[in-house]
Amino acid sequence: MKSALEEGTTIESVVGNKAVSRQVSTDREAEAREREYRSLMRKWWFGAAVGTFTMIMSYPWLFPVLRDWFPRESHSLWYVWAGMGIAALAVIGYSGWHFFTGAWQALKHRSANMHTLIALGTGVAWIYSTVALLFPQIFPSGVLTDVYYDVTVVVIALVDLGLAMELKAKGRTSEAIKKLIGLQAKTARVVRDGKEIDIPVEEVLVGDIVVVRPGEKIPVDGEIVEGSSAVDESMVTGESLPVEKKVADEVIGATINKTGAFKFRATKVGKDTALANIIRMVQDAQGSKVPVQRIVDVVSGYFTPSVAILAIVGFMVWYTFGPEPRLAFALIVAVTTLIIACPCALGMATPMSLTTGVGLGALNGILIRGGEALQTAQALETIILDKTGTITHGKPVLTDVVVSREFDEGTMLRLAGGVEKSSEHPLAAAIVEGAINRGLTLSDAESFNAVPGHGIESRIEGRVLLLGNLKLMHDRKIPLDGLEVTAAKLADDGKTPMYVAIDGKPAGIVAVADTVKDDSRQAIQSLKAMGLEVVMMTGDNERTGKAIGRQVGIERVLAEVLPQDKAFNVQKLQLEGKKVAMVGDGINDAPALAQADVGFAIGTGTDVAIAASDITLIKGSLRGVVMAIQISRATMGNVYQNLFGAFIYNVLGLPVALGILYPFFGILLSPLLAAVAMSFSSVTVIANANRLKRWRTS
Amino acid sequence: MTWDKIVVDIAGLGLIGFIVWFFWLVKTKGVKAVLTSAGYQEQMVLVKGGYTPDVIVVEHGKPVRLNFVRQESVVCSEMVLFPAFNKSARLPEGETVPVEFMPKEPGEYEFACQMGMFKGKLIVE
Repeated sequence: MKSALEEGTTIESVVGNKAVSRQVSTDREAEAREREYRSLMRKWWFGAAVGTFTMIMSYPWLFPVLRDWFPRESHSLWYVWAGMGIAALAVIGYSGWHFFTGAWQALKHRSANMHTLIALGTGVAWIYSTVALLFPQIFPSGVLTDVYYDVTVVVIALVDLGLAMELKAKGRTSEAIKKLIGLQAKTARVVRDGKEIDIPVEEVLVGDIVVVRPGEKIPVDGEIVEGSSAVDESMVTGESLPVEKKVADEVIGATINKTGAFKFRATKVGKDTALANIIRMVQDAQGSKVPVQRIVDVVSGYFTPSVAILAIVGFMVWYTFGPEPRLAFALIVAVTTLIIACPCALGMATPMSLTTGVGLGALNGILIRGGEALQTAQALETIILDKTGTITHGKPVLTDVVVSREFDEGTMLRLAGGVEKSSEHPLAAAIVEGAINRGLTLSDAESFNAVPGHGIESRIEGRVLLLGNLKLMHDRKIPLDGLEVTAAKLADDGKTPMYVAIDGKPAGIVAVADTVKDDSRQAIQSLKAMGLEVVMMTGDNERTGKAIGRQVGIERVLAEVLPQDKAFNVQKLQLEGKKVAMVGDGINDAPALAQADVGFAIGTGTDVAIAASDITLIKGSLRGVVMAIQISRATMGNVYQNLFGAFIYNVLGLPVALGILYPFFGILLSPLLAAVAMSFSSVTVIANANRLKRWRTS
Repeated sequence: MTWDKIVVDIAGLGLIGFIVWFFWLVKTKGVKAVLTSAGYQEQMVLVKGGYTPDVIVVEHGKPVRLNFVRQESVVCSEMVLFPAFNKSARLPEGETVPVEFMPKEPGEYEFACQMGMFKGKLIVE
């Protein structure tokens, strides 16, 4: 027995440890980034310090005093330049070594990347300068023996700075995950050996009894064994009002206990909790690919070697046909071309926006499955809303009480409610609840007889009560005194009216309906304003469907759709050539959600719904659909801006670097400017992606 | 055209030819993943300036487990993506991270870092 227990403990602690390692690894990742950032900044400062001196001393003839101290081709200048060569080597060794090792590693894999280009550019500049310095006699003209150590040093420094800024900005794009992880409780109070002890949440085991006091965070998922309370579950289920919990009810980790104290048994810990699932889904989505990126992947496979080829072609053309000093021009052009090309901006364009967009969704209770869902969602044309539970609350409530002159509302509702207590019909519960909500105390029925297809006949408080449809009233010859007109009007509004007769006299009507959620109408208007066709699908009859449609402003209603035909109806709309989204609230909608181009599951953060849908809305409001589509449009807009920017940058930058403007305007780009442009372009891409975070729903 | 120009142009063309051959024409032979007793086709993948090995051969219909070990701090490689299998994984430095999936159809599938700088190929036979 004891050994079995120990075995169980070991298994659980392994599971727990995984959670620990995940938590630790995200912390460590942040630490690693910070370390990398600091190291890059040190490299930049060293490069910048040497670079300032190098830049001035490369062109001493531009400065009044230096001009006299270090005239061209003087010995003193030669020594200064030799010193610069050594300093540049130090910069290569300290600030730029990672470019060279990176290039070498890539080369070993027969691939090339940004490191290759920077290493080649700065390396070529250094080697040329050193040869010019040591063996000036091999060059035909004195001008050619100028050195370009400034290019080596300043380019390395600037690219280091660019990388550091990139790293900072990149850290910001993944803040959403950090916030989600931050929802997790840090500690839990569990009962061990009869004592309450505080332990780190990672050490909670399945089966532990956890104690939660008012105002505390519930650490893991579980089931209440003692006590009761109201719990704020908005972060996981989207329910904005606190939910009443009693013994045997489930509680979810990371939700907040409001009023009472209770004990619960842990059922899911570590990576199995609802929150952990949500975090994992967001991480997966952020790591997915947007379909448009396929073009980039094809291009980037050829990009870097192509740039190297362009640089060589540039060198050849300038050397063969260019003006004197040909060698210097050819060298500058080749080095500038290598440095200006930015494969990074191209590669980062979509992942950065995707990470930000998916994170933005998560923080607003919208879980997006991945890049594909995002790209399809922005192109949607038609959106099908399931009626029950999506547009409406999905639960009938008592909406109208009509009384005839001889009775008062209180009496009729008290008696009707009392009778319905004995019924199991879903509409009955609505009447009971309605009566209780109006402060009535309900007595029990003395006899109860359900008349199938008609209603109920019952005796209560010594009176005979009939509750049911028109048929029942006709059968029992109850005069209705014009109540039919009211009933028909209620039915036209999509409500279910039921006649009540007491002691053979018509007492009135109680009407029950599944009411529209507060913000459904507004959300549907927004969807329409966004250019989407909104269609309602319901299993109810056409009259009810149309009534709800009128209330929320939907003209196209597909009524009397059987559950198994939902997917088929989605397909029919797709056959009209449209991109169709389906919004449904649960498992019975799963086939339709899967059939739709984008399936939205609404009002839940549970794994089943997440699995069936492309986009899961934790909150139950249709506003989430509006927001999800807005986010997808904003994100894809951002992706296209980034891609366009990165492509245009390279498409314009490369010819300019190659000197295409020189024959017309005499403009030749300096390698230093190229380095600034290159660093700037990748930082711009990330900054643009971060701009998404400032998105607010309109 | 003077002799020096001819030399530069010939050297340039030679270099271009070399680049084309080196980066695009040479095909690397893949490493075949080993079938373990657990029924997985396993392969260790080193992440350092690229993926080693970067071409991995597996059989279809059997689960694959690739154990990635990242031995560098460059941010580029902190994630690996298998778009065809809808899989991705974060690779904390120095940790072994297994990526498991089931290749159903034979074919060639790419895996890469998020920016597509590091690339590898999975050949499913």
